[in-house]
Parts: sequence; structure tokens; C-alpha cells
Amino acid sequence: MSNVNTTFLSTALHQPIEKGSSLWHDAWLRLRKNRLAVFGLVALGIIALACFIGPFLSPYGYEDQNLELGAAAPDAKHWLGTDTLGRDLLVRLLYGGRVSIAVGLSATFVALTIGVVYGAVAGFFGGKRDAFMMRTVDIMYSLPFPIFVILLMVFFGRNIILLFVAIGAVEWLTMARIVRGQVMAIKKMEFIEAARSLGFGRRRIIFRHILPNILGPIIVYTTLTIPAVMLLEAFLSFLGLGVQPPMSSWGVLIKDGAEKMEEFWWLLVFPGTVFSLTLFSLNFLGDGLRDALDVRSSKD
Amino acid sequence: MFRFITTRFLQSLFALFLVISATFFMVRFVPGGPFTAEKAVTPEILRNLEAHYGLDKPLYRQYLDYLGSLLHADLGPSFKYPNRTVNEIIADKVPVSAELGGISLGIALVIGISLGTLAAVKRNTWIDYVASSFGMIGISIPTFVVGPLLVLVFAIYLGWFNASGWYMPADRVLPAVVLGIAYAAPISRLTRGGMLEVLHQDFIRTARAKGASEFRVVTRHALRGGLLPVVSYLGPAVAGILTGSFVIETIFQIPGIGREFVNSAFNRDYTLVLGTVILYAVLIMGLNLVVDVVQAWLNPKVRLEA
Repeated sequence: MSNVNTTFLSTALHQPIEKGSSLWHDAWLRLRKNRLAVFGLVALGIIALACFIGPFLSPYGYEDQNLELGAAAPDAKHWLGTDTLGRDLLVRLLYGGRVSIAVGLSATFVALTIGVVYGAVAGFFGGKRDAFMMRTVDIMYSLPFPIFVILLMVFFGRNIILLFVAIGAVEWLTMARIVRGQVMAIKKMEFIEAARSLGFGRRRIIFRHILPNILGPIIVYTTLTIPAVMLLEAFLSFLGLGVQPPMSSWGVLIKDGAEKMEEFWWLLVFPGTVFSLTLFSLNFLGDGLRDALDVRSSKD
Repeated sequence: MFRFITTRFLQSLFALFLVISATFFMVRFVPGGPFTAEKAVTPEILRNLEAHYGLDKPLYRQYLDYLGSLLHADLGPSFKYPNRTVNEIIADKVPVSAELGGISLGIALVIGISLGTLAAVKRNTWIDYVASSFGMIGISIPTFVVGPLLVLVFAIYLGWFNASGWYMPADRVLPAVVLGIAYAAPISRLTRGGMLEVLHQDFIRTARAKGASEFRVVTRHALRGGLLPVVSYLGPAVAGILTGSFVIETIFQIPGIGREFVNSAFNRDYTLVLGTVILYAVLIMGLNLVVDVVQAWLNPKVRLEA
């Protein structure tokens, strides 16, 4: 008997150990196969890096004017040309990118925090509280929110902090819905019951046991929220309600470009291209992540 | 079904009430009033103006008065356009926006549904890749980039159209195309997804087995189910085609309600701001209600959940 056991053990031990493959590793392999998603990831990396480092390397500052030069077409000195005040467009584009990316990330963070906490609480407690919370979300969905953001920005000054909050407050609804649905599914599982029987508090169960298990959908949806937020910021800036001079963002540059495009096409074409490329990459990456993490797409 | 519609309707009414109240008090707590811009208004004139528009009454009184006149569908006088009521201004501007929105919606539906269906039927061929890329590009490039670029090429360089304005029939082309493409992109993606799901199902195989032509299978059998996701998208989309036209109306200088709204906010024209907000809210909620009902009618599961 013991002999059999030893042979069994030794064969088992001498088998080549199969390398474990985690969910995240699998997802990464799947993502790498998706050429468009990889393109998006690489393009985003390059754009972000350029925006971050570029302005340090350029001989021009984003506010440096050269009124004698005025608006000049792209040449060897100014790769993307200059605007009507003789400011180097490349530097302004990279600098504006920092602002756009910063707004995109911070407003997404606001939306993410509100949405995850709200959705998790609603989904975890269920019952009347859930019904009330989700009805509220339903009602808020039906409000004309872009209009409220426009009113807020018109009335309360074009304050950049307010911009984050206003955009974040608009974009959290879908995240709340997604998180709630996921939490409702997870909370019925046995390991949650186990955690409960060990006497863990609700907060610990929600944040330590449930949320890590729904990171996939959260990551996917966050990736898709960033372009939506950047679009909203640019939309507001285009209407003259977003980021204010002397600060600059891609939306502001596109607005300026659209005003002057008749004579100076480069002022519109380059900011428009870079901005679209960024949104394009983010959307492809988000789609790729959704496939890679096998997230059932929600209604939206 | 009746209960479902009533519940949704009451919910929408409540939401509408919230929107009206929130907007009413928000515009009042803002620094600056509708008459601050006019230079050298003497205190007496200001008082007279305020008395004329009822702004001297206590706030709660103004609020109740406003709600009262709303019940008669009266949105009050405009503060900035003397002798004009908000109703008149809206009646003046809405047809323009509606015309633009209607043409754009037509373009969006035709392009979106046909591309999405083609992509699903020819899945993983170059047709699919081209159609899907169109969807992604359309989603990613904002209207305020596409709009000016098309103006640059077709109006300024080629001279086919006017760069802005809303006078001749040809003036409709560029704005409607820009707005239409922006909505064609998500519609094509939704159609593709919906069609792919439907085309797998047994009843499609049955239809094929009965010898129905591929064209008939797609248009008669699959499209009905495949368009369900598009139906639910249409509520917000139709509303968005009107709200999204803030940008289009600004770019092309179209005298529609979107541009009027942005201007009225800048001008602190309280009643006009409120009037347009209410108009948009009614529109969005009404459309959402219609979509809810249509969905409940098409899909009993939704009905039970409510």
C-alpha cells in the first residue's frame, strides 16, 4: 500500500511542473494578440511620454511669443508651425495634452470613486435601499446633463476644479450600474458567505473580498470613461467654457484652430489629429480589454 | 403594461419637477443678473425693470408664479429680447434644429444600419473590417474636429458649399452630414453586435433550411431582432442629436435652439435658460419613455423587472 503511494508520489513529483496561469496573465496574452489594442497601447504610451517630456526638450516655452514671426507654416525650426502670436504649436500641443490628460484622468477618478462606492453599496445591501438608490440613478440618467454642465460652467466661472467635479458627477452613473450588477452576482457566492461567517464587517467584505473580484469590468469601463471625459472637456473648451487661457488644452487649441483655419490650416489639423488619435487609441484599448477580460458587455 | 407606463410616466414627471426646480434656483443664486450687462442703468430704472419682470417679489413667490404659469404652458417673457416671450423664441428656433436633426437622423440610420448589417453578415472579411473601422473612427473623432475639417476642404478649398449660414438648401448638407456620421458610427456598432447575436440562433437556421434567400433571411428574419439594441439607443440618440447640435450650430452659425441656449446662459436670460432646459428635459424624458414602452412591448422580460 505504502509502495503504491510512494510510486504515485514520485511520479507526481517528477512530472514537469505546469506553470500556473493567472487570469491577468491570460488576459494579457489575449490582449497582445489584438493588434488594434496593442496599437492603442503603444500610441497612448508615446503620446503621454511626449506630452510629459516633450516640453522640457523643446527650445520654446508654451507662452513664448514671437510677434514678428506671427503664424508660420511648419518648417525645420517649428515642426508644426506657429500660431498667430508666433507661439510654437508643437510645444503648445504637448503642453495642452498634459492638461487634457490630467483632466481626463482626474475626472475619471472622481466618476470611478463615486460610481464604485455607490454601486457596491446598492448591490451589497439590496432591498429597499438598492431600489431607492437605483431609481435615483434612473432619474438622473434621464436628466439633460450636458446642459447642466454648461450652466454650471457659465455661471460659476471656468474653474478647473469645478470642471473635474462637474464632469465626474456626470459620468459616474454607468459605472454605478455596472458595479451594482457585478456585486449582486458575487455576493451570493460561497466565499463571501465564508467571509461573513468569519465575522468580517461589511466594509471589509465589500472592499477586500468583493471589489477585487470585479476589477475586470471596472478597469474596462474606466478605460472607456477616459475618452468620454476628455471629449466632454474638449466640447466645453470648444464652446469657450472649459480650460481658460493662458492655460491650454486640446479642446482650446482645436477651437482656436477652427477659428483661424481659413488662413492657417495647421492650427486645426494637428491638434485635431492628435486628439482624435488619442481617443481612437483609448477606445481600441478599452474594446481590447473588454474582449481580453471577457467582460459581458453591458447595455451601453 | 398599463401599470408599467403609468409608473414610468409618474417617474418622469417627478424628474421633470426636479429639473425645473434645480434650474430655477441655480440661475437665481448666480452672481450677476440679466440687467447687469447693460451699462449705466440707474437704480430707479433697475427697480422698474425688476418690478416689471416680477424680480422684486420674494424668491419663493417668483417660484410659485413660475410654476403656475408653466401649467398654462407659458414660459414667461424673455429678459434679453424685449417684447418677446420665451414661447415665441422657442417656436422660432426649434424648427431649424428639428430640420437639421431630422436630416441627420435619417443619414445616421441609413448609413449605420446598412453598414452594421453588412459587417455582421460578412463577418471577418475586409468588408467587416472597413465597416468596423468606420464605426470606431466615427466614435473617436469628435464633431468639432470633423465639422471644421469638412468646412476647410469642401467650403474653403473646393468652394462647393458655404462655410456657414442657413439660407439655401445646400447649406444643410455639411452640418447634417457631420451630425449624421457622428450618430451613424454607434448605430453601426450596435447593429453589428445585435445582428451577430441573432444570426446564430436556431430560427435563422430554420429559415435558411426552408430555402429562404440570404437576403430574405437577413432583412425579414434577422433584422427585427438584430435592431433591438438600436431601438434602445435611439431615445438618448434623438435627444443627443438635438443637444449635440450645440457644437454644430456654433460651427455653422445655424440659428437653432442649441446656439440660443448657450447664448441665453451667457446673457443670464433666466426665463430663456429655464425654457430651453425644460424643452430639452421634456424631449429627453418623453423619448426615453417611448423607448421604455417599445422595449417592454418587444421584450416581456423588461416588463416584469419594472
